[in-house]
Amino acid sequence: MHIMEGFLPHPWWEIWWMVSMVIVAYGVYRLSKVTTKLPEAKPLLALMGAFIFVLSALKLPSVTGSCSHPTGSGLAAVIFGPAIASVLSMIALLFQALLLAHGGLTTLGANTFSMGIVGPVVAYLIWVTCRKARLPTSAGIFLAVSLGDLFTYVTTSAQLALVFPTAAGFFDAFLKFGAIFAITQIPLAIGEGILAIFLFDFLAKYKGQLLSTMKVISLPITAHEQEGKE
Amino acid sequence: MKTKYIILIVVMIALFIAPFVISPSANYSGADSAVEELITNQGYEPWFSPIWEPPSGEIESLLFALQASIGAIIIGYFVGFEKGKRAKK
Repeated sequence: MHIMEGFLPHPWWEIWWMVSMVIVAYGVYRLSKVTTKLPEAKPLLALMGAFIFVLSALKLPSVTGSCSHPTGSGLAAVIFGPAIASVLSMIALLFQALLLAHGGLTTLGANTFSMGIVGPVVAYLIWVTCRKARLPTSAGIFLAVSLGDLFTYVTTSAQLALVFPTAAGFFDAFLKFGAIFAITQIPLAIGEGILAIFLFDFLAKYKGQLLSTMKVISLPITAHEQEGKE
Repeated sequence: MKTKYIILIVVMIALFIAPFVISPSANYSGADSAVEELITNQGYEPWFSPIWEPPSGEIESLLFALQASIGAIIIGYFVGFEKGKRAKK
């Protein structure tokens, strides 16, 4: 999903930078609020950042015969909310832009928007919906994380199609970029969803109390209380 | 519960072997660069280039491995720490 350095002309790169900075700034605010209110959540925050680091470094083969990488930002969104996931994603993207010439500084705004904002927002909304529908936790995590991953690439395709429409227009270009990005991404998104189940199950087992304080999951006892309140 | 994990692991392994079975002769280059090519073929010239680029493919993969290992160390530390804490009780 990395739009390479210099591939977004004026005014697009500025637009994406501005949009992303607003969200990231809000994310930094949320971050400071969470860490002061719940200092015990800090290791969890590091864990989510680490998950993004690992996953976004892995270029994996896909059935289309090309390679792409998962994002890791969906799980952070489920646990800490999309705004904090934006901050964590931007850090990983900055690392890659500076040290790997992967993505870029001018396109950092646009890349943060797809991987750090749209992906996490989609993941978060799906997670909340699945919980309301009382689906099993693992199903919710899987759907949220894999669709968040996939929508990151759909967003990149749309961002590029806006700048580089074909003669047939935006939609034609969108399908063309989508064919490369989104299709390649489907198996990787499934893989990321599965990995997220493993990590989330571990967290539910060992950090259940903390997750319930953060209102990510509700423990059996508090589930009754919450139902009583509603 | 255990069967769930076994099924998931098998699916994951299958996902990453499948590409080589389905398209063994593909070149497996990055989707990012495929898109880059598509755009430059339209005649677009990137107006800005990376301020620093890894001097070789080896250095690039070193830095990718570094990024993954930083993440993996933190995840491993966290998991081990929590398991150890629980075991001590």
